[in-house]
Amino acid sequence: MIRFENVGLRYGLGREVLSDLSFEVHPKSFQFLTGPSGAGKTSLLRLMLMSIRPTRGLVHVFGREASTIRPQQMPIVRRKIGVVFQDFRLLNHLTTFENVALPLQVRGKMEADYRQDVKDLLEWVGLGHRMHVLPPVLSGGEKQRAAIARALIDQPDILLADEPTGNVDPPLAARLLRLFIELHRSGTSVVIATHDLGLMDQFDARRLVLNSGRLQIYE
Amino acid sequence: MSDQKRPDARITPSAKVKPGQEPSLSSASGKVSPEKNDPPKAKVPARPLRSGMSIVPSETIAGTALVFVIGIMAFLACLTLGAVSLVNSSADKWQSDISREVTIQIRPSDQVGMDMAIRDASRIALSFSGVSRVDVLDDEATVRLLEPWLGSGLQLNELPVPRILTVTLTADAKPDFDGLREQLESQVPGSSLDDHRAWVDRLTTMAWTMVAIGTAIFLLVMAATVTTVIFATRGAMAGNKDVVEVLHFVGADGNFIASQFQKHFLKLGLKGALCGAMGAIVLFLALGFWSSRSLATPEGDQISALFGTFSLSWTGYVGMILVMVFVSAMTAMTSSWTVRRQVNLLQDYRRAS
Repeated sequence: MIRFENVGLRYGLGREVLSDLSFEVHPKSFQFLTGPSGAGKTSLLRLMLMSIRPTRGLVHVFGREASTIRPQQMPIVRRKIGVVFQDFRLLNHLTTFENVALPLQVRGKMEADYRQDVKDLLEWVGLGHRMHVLPPVLSGGEKQRAAIARALIDQPDILLADEPTGNVDPPLAARLLRLFIELHRSGTSVVIATHDLGLMDQFDARRLVLNSGRLQIYE
Repeated sequence: MSDQKRPDARITPSAKVKPGQEPSLSSASGKVSPEKNDPPKAKVPARPLRSGMSIVPSETIAGTALVFVIGIMAFLACLTLGAVSLVNSSADKWQSDISREVTIQIRPSDQVGMDMAIRDASRIALSFSGVSRVDVLDDEATVRLLEPWLGSGLQLNELPVPRILTVTLTADAKPDFDGLREQLESQVPGSSLDDHRAWVDRLTTMAWTMVAIGTAIFLLVMAATVTTVIFATRGAMAGNKDVVEVLHFVGADGNFIASQFQKHFLKLGLKGALCGAMGAIVLFLALGFWSSRSLATPEGDQISALFGTFSLSWTGYVGMILVMVFVSAMTAMTSSWTVRRQVNLLQDYRRAS
């Protein structure tokens, strides 16, 4: 699904923040991406999302080497990837419903066709009563769940989540983890970037550990 | 991987969730409970789910300033168009007045008497199709014409003064001037035909010069409008960087993002162009009204000699409405093009910097 071959990354003329990464995210797999703060977890997720290009090495996404994907085709490939950003990135002038429905709207779907799906998903993540509310009114946990719902709404092939439990208390973090596990069971590959060891201990999954730009994999 | 969705991965819970139950994608029999600090649940009121808000909030676009600039540009463009149209129609009128009349000049000759020459010339002119009448400038009128130069009491018999015949043509007639000139020169000694071609050529050149200047001004105004819209769009995109990035990451393509901005700019362009064009139309209507009221005054006569009655033809007003539509469409297209370029840069798989 996503394969890295000897990937290295440096920003500008700085030192290499990621070095010689070679690994694969398999279809229907679940993995935690972990490491200390500043280890390069977000950079690695950005490489997977093709938001940035590696300084060296190759990134294959859905069987295609990323640099061979034409800019016009990039949105089509990105639609298969769901992303939960660390800072949520909800649009503050749109309601929770509109934020979650955004991926469907950009695909040109009619509201009548997705209205019920979005409502059901919002109910499912516990935001059924907050669908008319603008993000600034939502609590951190609610924003997190809205961001997750937006990433899930079009059933991506792979979900990349950057610290998805960083703003919630442990019980809610556990519930969000179960949500990801359910998603994984339904066939979506999941990559969760986190430094929450307690969270990782709750589910036995593959761990990609970043340290000083190097990757160690614990199957 | 195929674009088709996995049938088993549908995230559309069908059953109502119950508090305390765990979420389940397959059965959807539970939901995530809200966190402790969440406000108490309220019953969801029955109201539209969408707020109707545009994805790109209009208040983040410097609308008023842009409407003002587009309004001024549209006003100048319409003013240019109107002025060119006025000069063009005045030149057309002068041209048609001149070209509906030609003159035959007969210089006194020893071979034939003046009266005979005038009769022959009149007969020849009237024999050509397109000639409606021939008027001879009689002795009295000729004396009056020459009075400023030769003084009063002029005796035409004492001086070899040429005589003038005014040949009036029917509307849209194109008589054979070369044939007429040839016959006059061969049959009436001392006669010559002046078809005012030199004047018509000068007027045509002047009219085309005015049109060229007007077109140049119009193009400059349009270029300034395009540049303004490009800067405004870039500013709007910078102000909506987060929105554009989110759209980009949720899989929106350049067309979708561009259309979101295009809507706003089309609206702003329409508003500005409407104000500008209406301003110009009102100005021309007012000038036309004033000029029609001042027809008998010296200043009115002077202005009407240059610009006619200052009344724009209906094609001029239609042209202004077309300018309005053009400015609006150009504003929308320019913003769309600018957004597409910026989004393409964003979509470019670029190195980290």
